[in-house]
Amino acid sequence: MTGILLQSAIISTPIEWYILLSAALFTIGACGVMFKRNAIIIFASVELMLNAVNLLLVAFSSYHSDASAQVFVFFIMAVAAAEVAVGLAILSMIYRNVKSIDIDVLSKLRH
Amino acid sequence: MSTLLLNIPVTQYMFYFLSFVAFLCAIMVVASKNPIHSILYLIITFFAIAGHYLLLNAQFLAVVHIIVYAGAIMVLFLYVIMMMNLNEDTESHKHIYLKFAAVGSALLLLITLVAALKGAEKLTAAAPLNTNVGLIKNLGTTLFGEYLFPFEVSSILLLAAMVGAIMIGKKDIK
Repeated sequence: MTGILLQSAIISTPIEWYILLSAALFTIGACGVMFKRNAIIIFASVELMLNAVNLLLVAFSSYHSDASAQVFVFFIMAVAAAEVAVGLAILSMIYRNVKSIDIDVLSKLRH
Repeated sequence: MSTLLLNIPVTQYMFYFLSFVAFLCAIMVVASKNPIHSILYLIITFFAIAGHYLLLNAQFLAVVHIIVYAGAIMVLFLYVIMMMNLNEDTESHKHIYLKFAAVGSALLLLITLVAALKGAEKLTAAAPLNTNVGLIKNLGTTLFGEYLFPFEVSSILLLAAMVGAIMIGKKDIK
């Protein structure tokens, strides 16, 4: 029953809707990177961009019945987790020294 | 009218609903002034994307996505924001022209992306549609067969990231 129900999700929704959705999410993430000054929100926007790419990879994987793209999504998740751990450690270290995470203040890399 | 509505499968409605939630909350991530609200909206976006994974028959990825993103990464974000005691007052803003420039260039990027990916419309679903592709058995066979070496490399990457984060986070390295 669920197999029939979920199978219709791929058939009823054309791939271009997924392309449009993930392009929109990626653009919002890119906008956030350019728009915000808080370094943590910039990190969050980068996560949003990574997730847009993940969504499109999973969509193509389902349309082709190919598991390789879903394995790539695993690797992207692992890289994102590593990136967030190191990035937030750097940011908290900077905050301890500079007392700010405004990227316009941090543009010198030294203080 | 009612027959028209019934002709559309329920999964299509779920797709529209999840897309709407994901899009709206993604905009709110960028638009909201309070950093904690931004991160909370990002968590809702991630749940909507997990719902999309379920619709696309990637059941295992949906569960892993919720555990890794909503469970681990977002908690880390919230913890760091609360540790730094950031709120609406500490948030500084860019000049209005810079904001317009950012939104304009993002729109240009959207147009470019949509135009570049336009040819994929001809792509249709593979003839024997396999709905079991997202199950843990198939993914495990692929991951530990074809992609065994990248898997080991990613474990080294995670170890290096963990050691690096601890070394950076230490108060004074002597």
